[in-house]
Amino acid sequence: MTSTETSASLTIASTSKTLSGEPKGRTGIARWLLSRDAIMIGILLATILLFSLTIPRFASPVTVGFLLLDVIPVLLIAMPMTLIIITGEIDLSVASIAGLTSASLGVMWAAGFDMGTAIAISIGIGIVAGAFNGFLVSVVGLPSLAVTIGTLALFRGLALVVIGDNAVANFPPEFTAFFTSKIGSTGIPTVMIGVLLIVVIFGMLLHFTPFGRGLYAMGYSKEAARFVGIDIVKSKFWLYVASGGVSALAGIYWTLRYSSARSDNASGLELTVVAAVLLGGVSIFGGKGSIPGVFAGVLLIGTINYALRLGRVSDVVLIIVTGTLLIVSVITPSIGAAFKRWAHDRRIRKELPEPSGSGTPGV
Amino acid sequence: MKLSMTRRGRSGLALTASMIAVAAIALTGCSSSGSGDKADSGSGDGGGKSDQTITFIPKQLNNPYTDVVLGGGEKGAKAAGFKSSQVVGPLDASASSQVSFINAETQAGTNVIVIAANDPDAVCPSLKEARDGGAKIVAFDSDTNKDCRDIFVSQVVAKDVALIQLKLISEQIGGEGDIAILSATANATNQNEWIKYMEEELKSNPDYSKIKLVTKVYGDDDDTKSFQEAQGLMQAYPNLKGIISPTTVGIAATARYLSTSEYKGKVALTGLGLPNEMRPFVKDGTVTEFALWDPAQLGYVAAFAGMALDDGSITGKEGDTFKAGDLGERKVGADGLVIVGPPTVFNKDNIDDYDF
Repeated sequence: MTSTETSASLTIASTSKTLSGEPKGRTGIARWLLSRDAIMIGILLATILLFSLTIPRFASPVTVGFLLLDVIPVLLIAMPMTLIIITGEIDLSVASIAGLTSASLGVMWAAGFDMGTAIAISIGIGIVAGAFNGFLVSVVGLPSLAVTIGTLALFRGLALVVIGDNAVANFPPEFTAFFTSKIGSTGIPTVMIGVLLIVVIFGMLLHFTPFGRGLYAMGYSKEAARFVGIDIVKSKFWLYVASGGVSALAGIYWTLRYSSARSDNASGLELTVVAAVLLGGVSIFGGKGSIPGVFAGVLLIGTINYALRLGRVSDVVLIIVTGTLLIVSVITPSIGAAFKRWAHDRRIRKELPEPSGSGTPGV
Repeated sequence: MKLSMTRRGRSGLALTASMIAVAAIALTGCSSSGSGDKADSGSGDGGGKSDQTITFIPKQLNNPYTDVVLGGGEKGAKAAGFKSSQVVGPLDASASSQVSFINAETQAGTNVIVIAANDPDAVCPSLKEARDGGAKIVAFDSDTNKDCRDIFVSQVVAKDVALIQLKLISEQIGGEGDIAILSATANATNQNEWIKYMEEELKSNPDYSKIKLVTKVYGDDDDTKSFQEAQGLMQAYPNLKGIISPTTVGIAATARYLSTSEYKGKVALTGLGLPNEMRPFVKDGTVTEFALWDPAQLGYVAAFAGMALDDGSITGKEGDTFKAGDLGERKVGADGLVIVGPPTVFNKDNIDDYDF
């Protein structure tokens, strides 16, 4: 990054600061406690507490293990997805990339490749798939929704071409055991260390770098972002590459955790990820959202899923609950904002009983 | 809820969301006492301990065939003397969707898990964990890998199922012509096994030398997708004489398509179907004959096998025998295989005698 670029993005940073820094009437701790992230984290903790009290056997390390193993793929893919949605775009091909990776890994393993090589090539395939999305969205400038719906089908089709209707399952037990192993008696899966590392990397990237602040700027207004010198094409391209790479990791995890490489692995996961990201407070129109919020959102959905299954509640109820939760989480801020506008207008009207148009009465 | 301050507006979000959480928990409470413990009064003719529980994990919920199997399972669980029986399962029949259910059941400490595997391998690691926790595993309908379960209860000998479908289609198309297979998911254990036997038989049996299997398509046990696949088959292979659909969802959807198309009565359709679903198509001449076993017996026998395993009267080794309630004695064969009974062929003369 050249110094002019840095200063440009710094300007952006300060601009967006003043934008988001509209006086909220509270500062410091109080303001953080009422922020969307804090509320999400609060809800998550409250949910965990409630389930611990109401569902027998929920409060145990076993739960921690099973629950985290279930949410890892969603958590992984949610990271790049958060950044992409903040820029106002979307990537719906993530689950298909994971499936394609899974199929490739299986075929390579069956063909006698060394596991390390097979994993490396699989990640490469994911990155290439992501770059293809990135090229069409950023360089060619096509709408991301259309492109990634297309590649959703394309990559799933390629997965079928690669592995057909077979499944490869004879993965070495030491690998599959590692992917389901826990750290000591805590119940936390060993893989979680790597996953948390990825979460932290994306968190730092979004919240502590000029690049990340540029993403918010793009989400607010593409023109303005271009005007102050953010390289939109490059940023978006690399986001899709990252999305492809992380989806590949999710696909590899999926394959080795379930010890089954198939073309239909992770199908439908893209919607779970988008739902979790939106629940975590990211605006689908871009420009708003945070990694801690998404982290809490993913865990909240995962916790509700697992707790209700432990309570043997039918999945029908489960999808109704998660759907309702999502709708409520999307609607509530809008209602809040509308209410704030109304209160603000009313206050203004109270303070200025006669709106003075040009300030010179009697004209 | 009247809000008069922004502070209230914000905490409204927290409040609403926690209300949802509470509602979710309330639902948990309701349905675990509502649907979960249907078979609560379990003191039938089984001589089990008083606190044994059994959980059925089908391939997917809301599948008519599965519902019949599970009905038999619940009945069997009651008769075998289980204290309670539950049904949990995914809404989609994908490979790994069953894993978190197995995990939850492991944690809930159920004694017997009866599972129809969507994928023989994907469920293995979690089933092993369940066994480490002391649960007995009975696979039914669709097998898992041999070393992840104690017993596999199969409706019929797989080869017989394959052969009867071939025999029916051969009779219906006059022993020659192009045929296609419309299956469930591309990885379904049982369907793929039958298809394998069909392909071998077509190659080796001179009676079928004039029959050509032109393609296999997959409707994923989804009604709409199966319907579209059937439509696509007829467009892609105008010379097609017959279709075999070895899945109840597929055969019903295909029959529905054929009955409203120009191919009705011209293209033969057979496979495995439920009499109640297929009745109109048999009566209107779309389908002449199809086959199936009594799915309820499958669940029934699986429940008794689970009880026998749990009380230690059998271990699942070859030669073990157990009493399956009204159905009498069943023997464990090689690889822990238990056979329920021969398939039945349904046609317009006998279809009204069955209700499932």
